[in-house]
Parts: sequence; C-alpha cells; structure tokens
Amino acid sequence: MTNSIEEIEQADVILAIGTNTTESHPVIGTRVHKAITRNGTKLIVIDPRKTTMAERADLWLQPWPGTNVALVNGLINVIIKEGLADTAFIEERTENFEALKEAVADYTPDKVAEITGVPAEDIKKAARIYATGEHSSILYTMGVTQHTTGTEGVLSMANLALVTGNIGRPSTGVNPLRGQNNVQGACDMGGLPDVFTGYQKVTDAATREKFTRAWNVPELPAAAGLKMAQIFAGAEAGTVKAIYVMGENPLMSEPDLNHARKCLENLDFLVVQDLFLSETAELADVVLPAASFAEKDGTFTNTERRVCLVRQAISPRGEAKPDWQIICELANRMGYEMNYNHPREIMDEIASVTPSYAGMDYERLDNGGLQWPCPDKGHPGTPYLHKGKFARGLGRFTPVEYKPAAELPDEEYPFYLTTGRILYHYHGATMTRRVEGLNELAPCGLLEVHPADAAQLGIKDGDIVRAISRRGSITPRVEITDRVKPGLMFISMHFSETAANVLTQAVHDPISGIPEYKVSAIRVEKIN
Amino acid sequence: MPLKMVELTIDGRQVSVPEGTTILEAAESLGIEIPTLCHDRDLIVAGACRLCVVEVEQIKKNLPAACAQPVGAGMVVHTNNPRVREARRTVLELIIANHPLDCLTCEENGKCKLQKYCYEYGVQDSPYEGETREYEIDDSNPFIERDMTKCILCGKCVRVCAEIQGVNAIDFINRGFDTKIGTFYDGELIDSPCLYCGQCIYMCPVGALAAIPSRGLGRDYDVEKVATTCPYCGVGCQLALNVRNDRIVGVTNIADSHNQGYLCVKGRFGYEFVHSPDRLTKPLIKRNGKFEQASWDEALDLVAEKLGAIKAEYGPDAIAGLTSAKCTNEENYLFQKFVRAVIGTNNIDHCARL
Amino acid sequence: MEIFRAHVLVCGGTGCTSGGSPRIKALLEEELAKNGLEKEVNLVVTGCHGLCEMGPLVIVYPEGTMYVHVQPEDVSDIVSEHLLKGRIVERLLYKEPVTAERVPHYGDLPFYHKQERLVLRNCGYINPEVIEEYIGRDGYAALAKALAEMTPDEVIQEVLDAGLRGRGGAGFPTGLKWNFCRKAKGEPKYIVCNGDEGDPGAFMDRSILEGDPHRVLEGMAIGAYAIGASKAVIYVRAEYPLAVRRLHLAVKKAEEMGLLGDNILGTDFSLHIDIKEGAGAFVCGEETALLASIMGQRGMPWPRPPFPAVSGLWGKPTNINNVETWANIPDIILRGADWFASMGTEKCKGTKVFALTGNVQNTGLVEVPMGISMREIIYDIGGGVPNGKKFKAVQIGGPSGGCLPESQLDLGVDYESLTGAGAIMGSGGLVVMDEDTCIVDVARFFLSFTRAESCGKCTPCREGIMRMLEILDRISAGEGRMEDLDLLEKTAHIIQDTSLCGLGQTAPNPILSTLRYFRDEYVAHIKDQRCPAGVCTALLTYYIKPELCRGCTACTKVCPTGAITGERKAVHVIDPEKCIKCGACAERCPFDAIVQA
Repeated sequence: MTNSIEEIEQADVILAIGTNTTESHPVIGTRVHKAITRNGTKLIVIDPRKTTMAERADLWLQPWPGTNVALVNGLINVIIKEGLADTAFIEERTENFEALKEAVADYTPDKVAEITGVPAEDIKKAARIYATGEHSSILYTMGVTQHTTGTEGVLSMANLALVTGNIGRPSTGVNPLRGQNNVQGACDMGGLPDVFTGYQKVTDAATREKFTRAWNVPELPAAAGLKMAQIFAGAEAGTVKAIYVMGENPLMSEPDLNHARKCLENLDFLVVQDLFLSETAELADVVLPAASFAEKDGTFTNTERRVCLVRQAISPRGEAKPDWQIICELANRMGYEMNYNHPREIMDEIASVTPSYAGMDYERLDNGGLQWPCPDKGHPGTPYLHKGKFARGLGRFTPVEYKPAAELPDEEYPFYLTTGRILYHYHGATMTRRVEGLNELAPCGLLEVHPADAAQLGIKDGDIVRAISRRGSITPRVEITDRVKPGLMFISMHFSETAANVLTQAVHDPISGIPEYKVSAIRVEKIN
Repeated sequence: MPLKMVELTIDGRQVSVPEGTTILEAAESLGIEIPTLCHDRDLIVAGACRLCVVEVEQIKKNLPAACAQPVGAGMVVHTNNPRVREARRTVLELIIANHPLDCLTCEENGKCKLQKYCYEYGVQDSPYEGETREYEIDDSNPFIERDMTKCILCGKCVRVCAEIQGVNAIDFINRGFDTKIGTFYDGELIDSPCLYCGQCIYMCPVGALAAIPSRGLGRDYDVEKVATTCPYCGVGCQLALNVRNDRIVGVTNIADSHNQGYLCVKGRFGYEFVHSPDRLTKPLIKRNGKFEQASWDEALDLVAEKLGAIKAEYGPDAIAGLTSAKCTNEENYLFQKFVRAVIGTNNIDHCARL
Repeated sequence: MEIFRAHVLVCGGTGCTSGGSPRIKALLEEELAKNGLEKEVNLVVTGCHGLCEMGPLVIVYPEGTMYVHVQPEDVSDIVSEHLLKGRIVERLLYKEPVTAERVPHYGDLPFYHKQERLVLRNCGYINPEVIEEYIGRDGYAALAKALAEMTPDEVIQEVLDAGLRGRGGAGFPTGLKWNFCRKAKGEPKYIVCNGDEGDPGAFMDRSILEGDPHRVLEGMAIGAYAIGASKAVIYVRAEYPLAVRRLHLAVKKAEEMGLLGDNILGTDFSLHIDIKEGAGAFVCGEETALLASIMGQRGMPWPRPPFPAVSGLWGKPTNINNVETWANIPDIILRGADWFASMGTEKCKGTKVFALTGNVQNTGLVEVPMGISMREIIYDIGGGVPNGKKFKAVQIGGPSGGCLPESQLDLGVDYESLTGAGAIMGSGGLVVMDEDTCIVDVARFFLSFTRAESCGKCTPCREGIMRMLEILDRISAGEGRMEDLDLLEKTAHIIQDTSLCGLGQTAPNPILSTLRYFRDEYVAHIKDQRCPAGVCTALLTYYIKPELCRGCTACTKVCPTGAITGERKAVHVIDPEKCIKCGACAERCPFDAIVQA
C-alpha cells in the first residue's frame, strides 16, 4: 500500500476495485465500514460480484471480469473531459500526461459501457465522485492483478490517482491489499528471481558486489532466475531437476493443477518443508517438519509495509523446527556456514543489506512495528509513500490499452468463471481446514450460479454439478445466488476436492508472471 | 483549527481539556478512573449502564453520565463523593439482582468488570429480590457461546456488531425488564448473519459471551498472553495468543495496534491447526513410493547430498527454490540467501500473486 | 357557495365515536333526506367538543343548542321537532347536576365557563376535512403574515415574547429551542411534530389532530420558516387512524392550495411534510427515541448532548415540538405575543389542554388558562366527584406524574408549581380518584405501565422500576416490611438521579408523591395489614356478624373453598385460612351479615 490502513477511515472517497475486502481482509473491511458510517466517506465498488462491499457502496459498478483496464481508462476519459483533472499536480509532479490523454481519448463512456457491461452513466458518476474527493483512496486486490493484463490494471489505477493528484498525501494512494500474511515480506526479502532484499536488482553489479561481501561468497549469479511458471516449465522440460519448497503448496495454488502435478512428477528430487503433508508434500522425496508461527520468533511485513514481530508462544510440536533453523542446518551441511542464535540476528543482517529496513531491529519493532522505508535507527517509519516527490522524480503516466482476457466464453464453454476467497478459509486452506469450527461453517466449495443460469441449466440449490474447462473438471455443489450475474460463475480457491485451479488456465501476465485466475471459460453439466 | 480549551475542576483538581471532551475522558487525563460497563472508546456513546454517573455542581437536576456529558467551562465535578458512590452502589445492586453469582464456574472470573466493581463498591448481595431473567444458553455455533442469563444489557455487543462490523447479527429485543439481546426472531446465532469475528466476546464486560473453543481451558489469570502477528491475510493484525501448558487456548485483542484490536474469525479462532494431529512431527523420506520417518540428520544429509549432486551434475540453475509468503522475513531472507549463495542460482520465487 | 339555514354538528371525537355518533350521523342523514332537508341543513362531523361524558353530542346552529347522550331513537325528534318546527327537544338538553336545570345553549354550560379555548377553538366547530372551513376561521392567515411581513428572526422573537413553553411536558421555552436549531449548522434542517401521545387516558393531541389538523400544519409551517427547515415529519401514533387519515388529507389539501410544498404562497419558502406512524411505544414520545424511530431504528433514547437541534434526524439539526405547542403558534403570530402573554401566570403563558378522567362528573377535554387551580378544574369545570364520594387524589402528568391530595388542590397549575408539589405538567393527563381508591394500588398501576414501557436500555429504569413494582406488589399482598418504604424511597431517588431519559427520571414520581402525601396508607398496609380503601384483596378479611347471622346456610353454598362452616339456624364462621376473599358470600347473604374488615 502506498498509504496506511489507519488512513482509510479519513478518506473522502474509497474506490475499491476487485477487492472482496470484508471476506479477504475483514479488518480493513471494518475500517471501510467505519469510514462510511462515521465520516460519511463515499464508497465506489468495482466488482463483478455483489459482495458485501458492493452492497455497502454508494455506487457499484459490475463489469465483466477482465475489463478493468477499459473501465479505469473510461474513468480517466471522463475526468479529463469534464475538467476534473488536477492540472496543478499533473504540471508539477508528473510527466507524459499528453500520451495518457491521447490513449484514453477513445475510451468514451459509451464504448467502455459496451466492453464492460457497466452503464455509461455510472462510469461518469464514478469518475465524478472519485475525482471530486479531496482525499480519494484506491483499494485493490487480485481482482485487478490476476489477469494476463494485471500489470496494465495496476498502471491504469496509478494513472487514475496521478491524474487527480490523489497520491503522496494521507488517505489517498493506490493501495493493494496483500493476500497473505507475509507476501509483502517475502517480496521485500528477495524471494523473487530478479531481486535481492529491498528490490535491489540481481543484474546490478554493484549490488551483487555488496551481497558477495556481506555473504562472504566469491560470486553470485548475475542473470535473473526463473519465475514460478518457468520453474514448472523447466521441470516439465527436464532442465529443472530439483525443487526445494519451503511453506508453499503449489499443487493448490498454481493454475491448471493437472499440468502442475505432471511437472513436479518429472523432477529428480523434491524437498518440501511444511507443517502438514500437503498435496505438494505428497510428491516429495523428503519432507521436513516445520514449526508454526506460534512456535518461533520472527517478523511479518503486512500490506501497509509494517514490519511486525511474531513471537514464540509454545514449543515446536514433535521434532518440528523453525524454517530458519532448518535452512541453517542445510547450509552448514552444504559447506556454507550459517549460524544465528536468534532471528533478531538475522534481522540485523537484513537491516545491514537493505536500505528500506536499515533502521529496524527487534527493540524498535517491539512497539507495534515500523513501516518501511525506515532508513536509519532514528527514522519513525513511513505511513505513506511519495510525499512531495516520487522515487524516480516525476510520476510518469504509462498509457495502457485494454486487451481482452486470454480465454472468453464461447459456445462450447459459455460461462465466465472467476475465483476468489471466502471469509472462513485461507489460501490453500491447509491451516483453516484443520480448524474444526471453520470447517463446520464452510465445509465445501460452492459454485455460485445466478438463478437465471440455474433455471436454464435445470439445476437447483445444493445440486452437485460438473464444472468443466479446457483443462479439467471438478464437481462442486451449487449455490444459487444473485451475487453473480447471469453468465458469470464463481468458486473459491480453498478446497482441494473442488480445486478451482483444475479449471484455471496457465496463462500469465508477461511482466508480473501472475496467472489469469480471474477469468476462465467453463461449461456446467448436471449430474444425475 | 486549534481546539478551544475548557477549564474545569474534577475532584478538586483543575484540568484543561479540548471542548467536546467528556467528563469521563477529562477524568482519565487526570488518572481518575470512573467505572463504566457500557463504554468503549471506539463505540458511539450509549449512556446505558449509568455506572459512570458523577455529580456536577452546575447540573442540579440529576447525576449526569460521565461518558456522555461534555465538559463545560467552570464545571465542578465530583466523581467519587458519597452521593455518587451511593448511586453507583444501587446501580450495581440492581444489576446483580438479575445476574447469576456463579463466579466459581464463570469463564470471566477475574476479568469480569461487574465483579471488579462489586468488589470496589462493596456490593456483596442485592437488597432487591424478585423475578430474574433466565434463558437457554445458545451454543449452536462452533465459536460463540451466548448465555443471556448473564447478560447485563450494556449493549456493547450490539453496537460493535452494527457500528464496527456492519453485520447487525444481534439487537435488543423485547422491552423494559424483558429486554434481551437476540438475533432476528430470537433464533440461534448459527441462523443469523453472524460472521464470528468475536468482537462481541471481547466487548462483553461479563461472562455472557464466551469463546467456545476456550471454554474450561483457563481463565484470564491462568494464561500467558503472547503478543504476536496473525498468520492469515496481509493485514497482519496484532493479537495475543493465550497460552497454558504449552498449548494455545485462546486469542485476545491488542487494542493498541494498527488493527485497533479487531480481528476476524480466522484471527480469533483459527489457531487450532497448530495442534492438529496432522502436524508433521518427524522428517519423512520417501522410499519405494512410501514415506518413512527419519531422523533430522538422515533427512538433512540426504537433502544436502542430493542437491549437491544435482548442482554438480547439472549446474546450480537445475535447482529452484520456492520460498514462502507464510514464513517470516528472516526465513525468507535466509532461504533466498541459501538459494543464491549456497546453491548459486536466482531460481527463486513464491506464490506472491495470489 | 351553498347557503344553509341550519348546521347540525355531530361530534366525531373519540369519546362520542365510541358512544355511537357515526350511527347518529347516518340516521340524521337519512332523516334529513326523508324530510327533504338535505339542501337546507348542513350535516357536519366535527372534532371533539370536550364534554365526552355527555356524548354522543349533537349541536344545532344557528341556535347553538347542544343535545347530549343522543341515541338513535332521538334522531327523528331532533329533525321533526327542532329542524322542521323550530322547537327545542328539551329532554335531550344538558341537565345541571346541582340545580337540575336544563341548559339549552352550548356556551352556557358551566363546563365551558372557566375554559379558555384557543387551541381547541375550532375543535367541534369546523369540519376538519374541509380546508376552507379552517381558512374561514382565519386559518393560514398567520402563515401569510409571517411570510409576508416578518423575518424568521421576528417570528422567533414573537414566540419568545409570547412566553410559549413546550406543551409536551418539560416546558422548555419554544422560541429558545427554535433559535438553537436556527443557529445550528447543517442542511437540510428538519422539524418534527411529536404526536406520540402515550399517556393512558390522554387524548389532547389526538383531538387536535382529528379536530383541527390544519392548525398544526400551519404552526409547523411558521416554525419551519423561522428555523430555516425545509423538511418536516409528523410522528403520530398508528393507533390514531382517524388522525392519520385527516393529516394525510390536510397535507394534500394544503399542498394543493400552495400552503405547503414548494414555494409556499408564492415565496421562496418550501416545506414538505411527511407523516410517520409510530407503533405505540410510550418511550417514543421522548425526543431522541422518537427520532430513532423515525429513522427506522429501535425506539431507544440516546444521551443528549448532542441535542437534536444540533444533530437530530440523519445527523441534521432538528426541532421537535409536540402537537399542542405547534397548535399554539398561529394565534401567537396572528394576534401577537402580548395578547398571548396576557393569559396565564408570570412564568407560564397561554393555556393548557387537559384530559380530565377518572372519578369526575364531566370527563372530557378541557382547555384552561395556565395558573388556574386544580380545584377549579375538578369542581367548576369537571363538576366534582360523582356518586357523592369524597375526593382523594388527582394524578397529574400521566404515569410519570405525581399524585396530589386534597391539600394541594388550590395549587395554580403551571410547570414550576406542579414540579414543586412532586408532580409534573406532563402532556396534560388529569386522573381524579375518589375515596374508594387505594393509593398503593394507584402507584402499582402507574409503575406497571412504566415497567412495561421502559425501553430497557438503561439499568436504573429497566431494573429499578421492576424492583419498585415488586416491592409495591409485596406491600399490597400484605407481605411488606417497613424497611421496604426506605428502599422504595432510596431506589426512587436514584432512578430519578441516574436514568438516561425522561421516562426513567420521572417514573418514580407516583411512588414519591404517594409516599409524600399518603404515607399512612402504606403503613396501614404493612403494619396493620389493612387496605383502607378495601381494594387490595390479600388484605381483606371477611367475617360474619353473629348478631345478624340467621344460619340460613346460603353463604356455605356459594363459598368455593368451603371456608364457611356452621349448623343450620346457628351462627356461621369463616375460616380465614381457607377464605380467598372472593366476596361471593357477602353478596349472597340476605341479611348483610357478612362484612369486610
């Protein structure tokens, strides 16, 4: 997030795009509710489904999945045309506005209405509300990013914020709500093929030089590594021989699971380190038992860039060990000495090689955490980014064009399928399905079907159906609901018995590598 | 805009506070604690329990509630004189006339605000006798027990559910003495729109609402509270794991946090997986398609050997590491360090994208 | 316009309607038609005349002859005698109870002598469903004057100068309240008419709304203009269907004539009035609970401040006055503050409408100048206590009011004096009680009302009223202890001191006032195990006077519990252990030998 969770409450306008906040980030949903009810904040929701957020919204736009870029371009088109742009901000703090202006000129409300299914009048209304807010804040999640055009989706929202000057101030900004507890931290820590910690490029010689010294190795690889999809492709092709998996379950989370399984089966060696014998661990040659969050010290970095302490509450179960200890022991066995007495020492090392974490240590984090960038020990942390100046100087408009999703419904597969989360489960549900009460409240994955489609298919609420895509099929139970519109169905990602990702397609955003989880085409058959 | 300051006297001490401050807040700023059962800093003032009444010399009519009464210039406030104490004692007597005194078995014992104030005001029993409200316990759902016989009708659960969560699963039903907190049509919670965030349990000043998974596992004073970060979504809520005998027996709020103490159903009740019998407790090595338990040395030696061999034969880029959005920063840091510095490849990624 | 030689007014007030006036009206219609008089005689259903005890009432103009207790069989006489032959039907005239003289003229009735009918001026005189009749009585002239000649501040000043105080009970100066709302920031501003008249036996607001709805609308329009409000809500009990219907009709008619709605009387001033029906919760008469109810929430009070003038309906500045307050406004504007202030006492100006009920000759609706004594109301207007019984007490101010004894009857009626005596003005309920009334029972009655009507939000009201009621129950059951009186008093004071809203703060009044004036009667219940009025059954004992008993055995046959024993022709005795005090034996005894003690 460019801004902080706390600031949401003071926004004049919240534009929530592709975020089922009350289910996926419930406590932020609480903030939004408070903003609306206590401070009169206006809420615009863009979501193909009638989520609780949509129900609470002043204005709800219901586009077809995969049309965000067109919709946001449409908003910008209206804002420019109606003179609602923040010309002073554009003048002073941005560049390349003309290119944007040209690019969005075609995205008239009428044309955008045609692409997205959102009435032109609502597009205009939304643009006016967003643009006239003194503090307008954009919240978004995977509804924007899990597309082949996810990067464009994010850029289009950046354009929207820039064109109205809604960035670099409190209660504004472009705010991705990160899905997993430490997805922010995993990225910050260099868990990506092209960067070290703090997004320092592996391709940069000086950076590599710094890390070779810090880590006391003769050299470090200079070329960016393989992304997730490429790793799987490599496994399939036989160029990747071994994978070491720590705390992940790609056989739930990857798209086109049937294919992903084949890739992993092709490996010479698979190590999985986890709490449970997950779908992925079942395929492993060696499984290492890891300690849970409650059994170790450490830190997580949350969606607002806040580094928070994780504290050991109980001893590791059985012989399980914290992941950091396992890594150390393995490194030592492979001839590289890694010795830490406590994670605080690792944090000190992180701070020494990572400018944005440089001011952090466990003593300082003890009091509610710190938000990066925190460049030195005296720095209080940064609640919102881009104050006064962008990292690169001027904010650059990057015009983006709408491109349809990779797979659209056709005669054979006539329904849109979109996927997401529900309140009671988390991600691959390895954890939540082992909480009896949560399982009781949400025991299985439900395929949401609009009453009109259900009537046409001759299916009733609670029926088990076969949902089929070009990749595979699952047999979920049906929930008939108007949360979806006719032609659109939804299923959650959590349940391995009805794994959504059997149906999804392994096509990715070429830049971010994100699979297009949010749009697939399916057909549904009644099971007798 | 600079706030206009108001000067007043509380218990003989001068204080200057911004206009609009309540007497309760002004007293707090002097370190004077005024008892309340229905007040919470994040809820809209209800003025329901009437325990916080104080005497204001300028208000002749009655004893105003400190939680609701804004300060006025020159006010002379008495928070603890005999008249005020008598009123509070009577309010407490009225409450306990309708409250089971089953502290021996109550989950809230030791944390109960009613108990605390009865202790402080020397209220042992009530001079009032008569009808009491008694209801069936609702434990229809996995997480929240509602024992409305213990309810003192402060309304905090109703307000947190409506004002903070926007769920409105419960509200006041019936009137007067027969007032009760209930779901729509006074059904069970399982049939209501409740989303089990458990904020109501946290707000409840007595034992009317309790966390079912924690029942009988230890009272507040039995448990050690370990402040930590929720392992679920990216909000990173701060919470306290309640630990007893090396087990997590519950979760409580940490109010001073970026999540203001609030949690969702997963954060509050989703810890049971830690104690799951499915947990891996020993390293496993697959032999002939079947897993066999192994010692750490065995398992780690095998992994080191295999990775070493593959690196030697095919080069470091034949190995890839998948790090984790669920592990700590320190672990992610070490993992990428391991992949880059020990294996020698940049083939590292994780499922950052969902 | 049609010209009639006579007008026949049939009272359509609550009392007369339940007494059968709709049937009288129908028969009159029939009879007039039969005699070919429908073009000559105008038949009108009016609002309440006040003298409900004598209903159904029929008044014939131009003579102003009032016929009382009119029954269906009387209709043909009224038509054939009075309307055809011009002869007054003597037997239907009001009979003065003392002199037994017949009073032919409406205006000559002693009931009306000491009244000062301002707010009720049109009630019983005009057809409330015809806006022209209201206009014909200077209706909407005050609104025209305010809009044409006065600034909003001048209107407020006029109301301030008049000294009008809220008639809902608390007596807050109306002009001051308006000014708070006028000065508050926020748009739009709302005004609300509180028509949630909940006191048992009260029908002041109902009669005004039913009998002269436009007076209320006009008052609201003037108030809205003064305050700067553009939206208004009338909150009226759903149990008043006629009032609801007439309000809807009145709003529609006034809008059609440009007296409400957009650009009233061609000015920039607009006011839209909505009518919201309340569901019969007493507490919704309390301002903040009423607002909550209008907004669709549970009718529960909220702490003030913020006062509605600052943050009311949907957080906007809102001014609330009750029906009678609004109904006073047009005359104040039209006739001036000085005229209004000439009536009443130094601190309380104008008049007050009371619903006079209980053990009084002329039950009904009366409007009297402030400051009049209760003795005048009860005896001169009300005609005293009927059946030769002695006056015991009067409950003034509804269930939250106080119970005043004979010694307080010369008290002038105004807000301060009543409060000083332990009662309240309330919205104007007056319940007269005679010597057969048990004072503990009276307190129980009112407490059981407030117990049922407490919203349940705050502890003292919810729990405390119940506990006080339980103590009263014990006392009336003969299980009281002397300490109970101290506990009652202490609890009552603390409920007054600590309750959230007016309901709880005033609910102990019946207990405190009866303890103050009738403590002996409580003591008699506790110490002597005796109910002096003979009401509390648990404290009654029946015994057989041996000197009168003939041993006829009639009593033993009716006794349901076999409590009476005795040989035939010998004196019988009642076993007090078995007796359930049903009184059947006393009723049956042919020799009046069985008595209560």
